[in-house]
Amino acid sequence: MKALRKLVDNIKPTFSKGGKLAFLHSTFDAFETFLFVPDHVTKKGVHVRDSIDLKRTMTIVIIALLPAMLFGMYNTGYQFNLSTGGDMAFWEMFWYGLFKVLPLIVVSYAVGLGVEFAAAQIRGHEVNEGFLVSGMLIPLIMPVDVPLWILALSVIFAVVIGKEVFGGTGMNIWNPALISRAFVFFAYPSQISGDKIWIADLTKGEGVVDGFSGATPLANAAAGQFDSMPSFMDMFLGFIPGSIGETSTLAILIGAAILLFTGIASWKIMISTFAGGLLTGLLLNAVAPGPDSYLAMPAINHIVMGGFAFGAVFMATDPVTGSQTEKGKWIYGFLIGMMAIIIRVFNPGYPEGMMLAILLLNTFAPFIDHFVVQSNIKRRLRRAAVKN
Amino acid sequence: MSNKIFLRKGLNIPLKGSATSHIARSISPDIIAVKPSDFRGLNPKLLVKEGDAVKAGSPVMADKKRPEILICSPVSGTVKEVVRGEKRKLMEVLIESDKKNEHQQFAVPSYKKDANAGEIKQTLLSSGLWAFIKQRPYGILADPEKEPKAIFISAFDSAPLAADLDFTMRNDFENMQVGIDVLSKLTTGGVHMSLHADNFAGSPMHRLERVKTHIFDGPHPAGNVGIQIHHISPINKGEIVWTIDLNSLAAIGRMFTKGIFDLKKVIAITGPRAKKPCYVETIPGMPVKDIIDFAEQTPEKKSGELLPVRYISGNVLTGDNIGENGYLGMFHNQITLISEGSYKEMFGWALPLRAQKFSLSRSYFSWLMPSKKYSLDSNLNGGERAFVVTGVYEKVLPMDILPMYLLKAILAEDIDKMEQLGIYEVVEEDFALCEFVCPSKTEIQDIISQGINLMIKEMS
Repeated sequence: MKALRKLVDNIKPTFSKGGKLAFLHSTFDAFETFLFVPDHVTKKGVHVRDSIDLKRTMTIVIIALLPAMLFGMYNTGYQFNLSTGGDMAFWEMFWYGLFKVLPLIVVSYAVGLGVEFAAAQIRGHEVNEGFLVSGMLIPLIMPVDVPLWILALSVIFAVVIGKEVFGGTGMNIWNPALISRAFVFFAYPSQISGDKIWIADLTKGEGVVDGFSGATPLANAAAGQFDSMPSFMDMFLGFIPGSIGETSTLAILIGAAILLFTGIASWKIMISTFAGGLLTGLLLNAVAPGPDSYLAMPAINHIVMGGFAFGAVFMATDPVTGSQTEKGKWIYGFLIGMMAIIIRVFNPGYPEGMMLAILLLNTFAPFIDHFVVQSNIKRRLRRAAVKN
Repeated sequence: MSNKIFLRKGLNIPLKGSATSHIARSISPDIIAVKPSDFRGLNPKLLVKEGDAVKAGSPVMADKKRPEILICSPVSGTVKEVVRGEKRKLMEVLIESDKKNEHQQFAVPSYKKDANAGEIKQTLLSSGLWAFIKQRPYGILADPEKEPKAIFISAFDSAPLAADLDFTMRNDFENMQVGIDVLSKLTTGGVHMSLHADNFAGSPMHRLERVKTHIFDGPHPAGNVGIQIHHISPINKGEIVWTIDLNSLAAIGRMFTKGIFDLKKVIAITGPRAKKPCYVETIPGMPVKDIIDFAEQTPEKKSGELLPVRYISGNVLTGDNIGENGYLGMFHNQITLISEGSYKEMFGWALPLRAQKFSLSRSYFSWLMPSKKYSLDSNLNGGERAFVVTGVYEKVLPMDILPMYLLKAILAEDIDKMEQLGIYEVVEEDFALCEFVCPSKTEIQDIISQGINLMIKEMS
């Protein structure tokens, strides 16, 4: 520990102003503050500070993502085993998934942090922690077979166009992870839609069991094949095809519990998103033309299918792109849930609506906040009027 | 008689080192400092030069634009030094005390039924006590030409390790009563005093007459007068109110009963680095060296670094870092001693436990030990970032104000928005807890300060 401190102190001058590698100042600084909480002290204002910082905040989110990630790895192996009719044991399936998923995570972090460091360097800022979460979210909302170069491109697009052009972490309008998914969705649609891409190596078609489709429950539902949909329990536990991290509602709810308990994510957004989805589902049930209609599917199924839960817990709650007023958060979350279901049910082109619903509401969050702020201002003015 | 207002939002920072109720000594300083920076809105004009003899109550400086507003010497003696900073800015006037405690005698008018508001105002001005009245919006020197809507006094301090005003003011009941009677002649809206629900019946201030009493319950910042005004009678555009603290109120009382300028008060010596946290009797402007023996000098060791003491005049949220050669501020009722947090903690942000660290969030485990007190130091506990997390400030600001939007309006220098979002109702101290809890380590009080300065500049 002391040796490490010594090493850092020894090489510090090289990276400081006037040193040979001074242009890498931000990079050095990022690594130093990663290793050691800096000895910065309060200068003006308060003399003591709460011990929470953005590194801690982001760490909690990553911990909350771990159950979904681990289950995603296992499910990758499980689905592969299912598609090939193999008899892999639990750990074999997990290892298979681990080796499929790990490269995606590594590429996502390596490329994303590379861009972040470069951006911080150009601006002369400290490196922001924002990508620590985005870098984990991006692989978890991709299909397991997405080519690494497409993933890399989408990460670059997300960080540069989705975030850095606006000024970096805290300034962006749309959730960077969803921007990356939207990029793949529109630029390489064949890599992220259809029935084949959700299960590892299914597109190659080698050794696939006859008649195995690989369709996600969402695709089944959109096609009206309600008979071939998996059971509610399978969907809740996550033994279904889908993006890596989104399948297990249970694992996501464990993450949600961590986020809510630590107070890192807004419970208002989370609850209202689920409420919006459920109520819209129930409303559609009520007006469904017949029992075979998509509208008649039990509302609760919407919550456990596709990316609804993952989006509600990890993406809608992004504080930067979400609504920033406490009242606005209720409206924002509710509308996300509502829009996601509406897009799913009424738009034949997109079986999944969560991504577009969140991006749409990201766009409208400042608009929602505007009304909340205006109501505060009006209340203030009315107060003055009453007095006089 | 009184209405109770319960504030749920806020936070009592569990800091170690609250003072026990005994007065360890009475200090009669050799030297004191008068700092113009203690009086917001004062544009100081020096009235004395080095070597001049002064009495307690002799004017030392005046406001340039309103020369009738005087700042007076709290002791008798000679002007030892006029300290100036960059661009010859007047920093402080050091006065060497002759320890004779000679007071200038003022002729005071009646404050009873036949009182004349003009005469009272004149006495307050000429005795230097006018400068102790603060005017809202902005917490500046009161304008002698304007009448306030009402006058507000907070009778308790909820800040971390704050002095127990029931204890420090216990011998000043009569003086405070006279102060109230005097001030009530200067407004038609009455004098409002806020007590804390926990012990309002036991508080000596409970028995004060001719005030409207309000009871507040809840954690800090319930004791901030600005928060109280917001809930009693909020300040709208164009309105002004006055505020005054209890010690200044008692000083007005002494003036109108004895005719002398007497600022003596009891302050608390507190904080994790205070040997035996207690109270001392002194006068504002006292040098830190008079209480330096209360500080635990044996350095605390953290991550291999020896941590020196930080001397704060005031509390850890709003006080000034004055150093061991500094002087107690005019309006401060405590000195807080904490450790400088100049150490580097390996993987500190990642350690799951960090039992010595406090956090409002549950990302640490301090919530498991709600009664534990912490030896917090001045470490920033992270790096400065852009605004990322939302909904945190709202947890500690018991006002109908959208903190993030007000801050952004200030940063954008949007006067209209600042006005609409509540700049008239706030001063820095109301946002101190927001600054404490901010995960992005934003200097929020500084932003509020910029906003207020901008408003003063644009609106004058």
